[in-house]
Amino acid sequence: MTDAVTVTDLVVDRGHRRVIPGLSCAVPAGRVTGLLGPSGSGKTTLMRALVGVQQVRSGTVTVLGEPAGSPGLRSRVGYVTQAPSVYPDLTVRENARHFAALYGRGARAADDALEAVGLTDAAGQLVADLSGGQRGRASLACALVGEPELLVLDEPTVGLDPVLRVELWERFHALAVAGTTLVVSSHVMDEAGRCDRLLLLREGRLLADSTPAQLRADSGTDDLEESFLRLVRAQQQEVAA
Amino acid sequence: MSTATTVLSPRLTGATTARVLRQLRHDHRTIAMMVLLPSLLLGLLYLLWKDVPSLPGQPSTFDRVGLTMLGIFPFVVMFLVTSIAMLRERTSGTLERLLTTPLSRLDLLLGYGAAFGLAAAAQAVVTVTVATTVYDLQIAGSVWLVVLIAVANAVLGVALGLLASAFARSEFQAVQFMPVIVLPQFFLCGLLVPREQMAGWLQAISDVLPLTYAVEALQEVGRSAAETGTMWTDVGIVAGAAVLALALAAATLRRRTS
Ligand SMILES: Nc1ncnc2c1ncn2[C@@H]1O[C@H](COP(=O)(O)OP(=O)(O)OP(=O)(O)O)[C@@H](O)[C@H]1O
Ligand SMILES: [Mg+2]
Repeated sequence: MTDAVTVTDLVVDRGHRRVIPGLSCAVPAGRVTGLLGPSGSGKTTLMRALVGVQQVRSGTVTVLGEPAGSPGLRSRVGYVTQAPSVYPDLTVRENARHFAALYGRGARAADDALEAVGLTDAAGQLVADLSGGQRGRASLACALVGEPELLVLDEPTVGLDPVLRVELWERFHALAVAGTTLVVSSHVMDEAGRCDRLLLLREGRLLADSTPAQLRADSGTDDLEESFLRLVRAQQQEVAA
Repeated sequence: MSTATTVLSPRLTGATTARVLRQLRHDHRTIAMMVLLPSLLLGLLYLLWKDVPSLPGQPSTFDRVGLTMLGIFPFVVMFLVTSIAMLRERTSGTLERLLTTPLSRLDLLLGYGAAFGLAAAAQAVVTVTVATTVYDLQIAGSVWLVVLIAVANAVLGVALGLLASAFARSEFQAVQFMPVIVLPQFFLCGLLVPREQMAGWLQAISDVLPLTYAVEALQEVGRSAAETGTMWTDVGIVAGAAVLALALAAATLRRRTS
């Protein structure tokens, strides 16, 4: 299995703090990789490094064979920021069409993307008038519209009801089956179980690079949340020892 | 299908212009203010000087000041609108996202320049029409030259607004850049005190401020029926200053942030 992303010895400082103190990991191509970890653990920072908008102190990030952020990657990588980043003073459809235009796609692609996130009925509404969850989906649609080879999604399912959440995860897997690589962050452990591969972060360090099944087996519990907690405690004891 | 990212793509610049104009179209109040406010303010100036006699052989004060204002309105309005719009792109995360797409930084900035330049053209056509018909503003030259100078000024305002927004971290700060950038240029442009009468060092500062040339160009159009070389030189200087400011704005717009 080839890797779509390789991160080697990545060091990132934000403000005056070292947020990622030296991280190496890989993201397999054509799979859904979950980026899990507590708030402030560096998920967003790592994702920003993948899409090339994060200043890095040292280390390399290679995406689809090129250095992260290279011009050639910009039509091949889609990014959905944690806070919805769409224009509130445009309608949902106008937003989707604008991002479609930036990726060289037409109105059809925009409509398809809205359909995919279940916003067809709200297409004519101003984004400012949407509910929080709808706004997040509009933001997601604006990345799907480019049909990128790598999709980097920062907590795309926050604020969604269980039905929509399941539907979106089904879509993520369908995209992966079709060859797209997805990196999806979440703090919800029940979503971790839906990933093909898991990267667990804590304080900018990789706590585990595993699969849900492996994680359960290693920690001897079926509950991923519990597995995660045990990993954290084990690491703390290691540090203390 | 992959889109190669180049330094400049007319298609992506155009997409940005269309998007900014669409945002404007949803904001009826801003459109109304943009189009009508300069005419109303000019009306106030008209009433102010209506009954004040002017020296024989001199243009009336309203003709001189009103004409200058046709260049200053678009500069001020577009500076403000752009610096706020760009700051919103930054704080809402849309800028970060745009920078991950094939859109280049120059596409984005030129897209803004074109959108607000077009808005300024509409504003100038309305204001010039109202000024010459309702307020009887006397312009010896072509009103189209006035519109052209107004648009050049607007683009200068956009470019400086884009540049200023890089140094503002909040809307409060962005708004306060307006007096910093606009008022000194207004004081020294030759409208309040003729440039020949200024102290040498003030004149030297005035020489490097682009609004000075915009005002001089308008005064040339005001007094001469034929296009003068000075006027075209001035327009060139204003356009050059706008290009320079856009280049600086592109240089200060970082793709990677901490
Ligand atoms: N703009 C910034 N300037 C300085 N420090 C920052 C900035 N953004 C984030 N940080 C710090 O970097 C660390 C990692 O933040 P990051 O946003 O990557 O966390 P996260 O895992 O995405 O958290 P969450 O789950 O809450 O979104 C945090 O300690 C945060 O305080
Ligand atoms: Mg985050």
